[in-house]
Amino acid sequence: MNETVLFYVFGTMAVVASLLVIGQRNPIYSVLLLIASFGALSGLYVLLEAPFVAVIQIIVYAGAIMVLFLFVVMLLNAPHEETEHDERVHPLMQRGPMRFGALLAMALMVELVWALTSGRETGPFGAAAVSSVAALGRSLFGPYAFPFEVTSVLILVAMLGAVVLARRETPDE
Amino acid sequence: MYAAGRVARMTPLLVAQIVLTLFVFVMLLNSAAVMVYVERKVAAMLQQRLGPYLVGPKGLLQPIADVLKLMFKEELRPKAADAFLFALAPILSATCAFAAFAVVPFGAETTFFGLLSEPIKLQVADVNVAILVVFAIASMSVYGIVLAGWSSNSKYSLLGGLRSSAQMISYELSYGLALASVLVMANSLSVTDIVNSQSGTWLGVLPRWFVFIQPVGFLIYMISGIAETNRAPFDFPEAEQELVAGYHTEYSSMSFAMFFLAEYINMVTVSAVATDLFLGGWHGPFLPASLGWIWFLLKVAAILFFYVWMRWTVPRYRYDQLMRFGWKVLLPIAVVNLLVTAAAVLYFNL
Amino acid sequence: MSDVTLDHYLVLSAVLFAIGAAGVFVRRNVITILLSIEIMLNAVNLTFVAFGRALGTGDGQIIVFFVMTVAAAEAAVGLAIVIGLFRHRESLNPDSFTQLKW
Repeated sequence: MNETVLFYVFGTMAVVASLLVIGQRNPIYSVLLLIASFGALSGLYVLLEAPFVAVIQIIVYAGAIMVLFLFVVMLLNAPHEETEHDERVHPLMQRGPMRFGALLAMALMVELVWALTSGRETGPFGAAAVSSVAALGRSLFGPYAFPFEVTSVLILVAMLGAVVLARRETPDE
Repeated sequence: MYAAGRVARMTPLLVAQIVLTLFVFVMLLNSAAVMVYVERKVAAMLQQRLGPYLVGPKGLLQPIADVLKLMFKEELRPKAADAFLFALAPILSATCAFAAFAVVPFGAETTFFGLLSEPIKLQVADVNVAILVVFAIASMSVYGIVLAGWSSNSKYSLLGGLRSSAQMISYELSYGLALASVLVMANSLSVTDIVNSQSGTWLGVLPRWFVFIQPVGFLIYMISGIAETNRAPFDFPEAEQELVAGYHTEYSSMSFAMFFLAEYINMVTVSAVATDLFLGGWHGPFLPASLGWIWFLLKVAAILFFYVWMRWTVPRYRYDQLMRFGWKVLLPIAVVNLLVTAAAVLYFNL
Repeated sequence: MSDVTLDHYLVLSAVLFAIGAAGVFVRRNVITILLSIEIMLNAVNLTFVAFGRALGTGDGQIIVFFVMTVAAAEAAVGLAIVIGLFRHRESLNPDSFTQLKW
């Protein structure tokens, strides 16, 4: 019973925070609300008996990626969104292509919900759950060792790429 | 935690847990007050002067006077500051500081001299990934600082905030690698397990603390911990002579007190985690296991004294020296330490 | 026992995915678009972990590990591109980059 209540609490928090993320004019508020959404998702992972993923979500997503976003927003002194139609209208309520985009997203949601629930009725979760970090570690260094090493190369490439792309062009180039 | 079918009744066990949580919270607040006094007195002794001596015997009531002064000061806010973020930043800092201590155990399992039917752990929350939780909350505490710097809408604050948070996220890497090397040695992510694997002695004389097997790891952890909590010699971003006061320039009264509080409680948490991971936690000679928290307190006090001593003895690093040290010196050493530890554990079947 | 089934988690992640997609379609600020992409990636992570739990394997969590790594790399490179674009055109509106001419 506790778990049901917690699921609904975290689920509502995640959905509301995400809705507010896409609805804010100021990008800093968007970033902070997304952190709140990640916190709610972390709670959901704990409910799914995946404590390692829950903590990694906070460390990597909320604690590192969002700090990166925040730094970029602050350094660029990101202006509020200029829309070509009207400054006073909220960004989500613009005319034209944007309303069509919003309708498209709602259609996507209806489709996804229908597709995911049209299989047979699933019961509550079984008892077996892999929640120990040791088991995950053995997987990562066993069957999944090759993707693990490849992701380290990926991160290296991304680091180099980010440094090169964000570098200021010196006058003698 | 996963047996969610248990209905919560006000059993003595539950009451004990709630009392324990409140106790930890109050003790952390007290520790911040005590640290204020200790810092000033130790600084005075190191500088051969008296320090606070007017308020109460030997100046012992000085923290109370400080708190009262801070409470009665006027709460200022710059007009152009973003009000919501300005108010949120100190709350974030203080919350993360308190939350990190929730997974730190400070004593063995105890029944409080037979009052309880089964022993409870002296820890607010026993999670089996406790080390990672400490790390996670440490990475969340960056936000309080960076938001304080941004929302004050002033040059000094913004620079101080960005520098401070860049420093914190740089030293988080070495912090995490030092934690990882302890992990490799102890084979568990739960802090209680790690402390319990340090019980006993070698040859009857030397306690089995990890600091004796992992001296480099301990050094890396302490240095990274000092840098994480923005204390000297890594306190360039908030040094008075450099950036006025860095990210908390524009804060006054209780908001400033919250940042202050957060800094001291972070210090206490770093010391407590260092004690648990490297210095054997609550294990020590001559005392039974149920009084182990006395040893814990002594060890934490020793590390805190070391912290204060460092601040008033060692000159401050300049910001670029600080960053260079973190990335080019400490991080490679931490990586090599982890590799050597892992190799040694495999080779000696520890 | 709780009566939260796999379907509950799947519906939740579908809703989150659609919200992220709406953000990408509607908003005219590249940073908000990148944030919406992160929302979508998180919805997918939730699906993976839910299925991993339902099938009793740890594979769901492993894949989430990889997805997070890729998301971090993509966020870093994406933000570097945003910085480069901003330096050139002083605008974060993707509509001002419709000409291929730099």
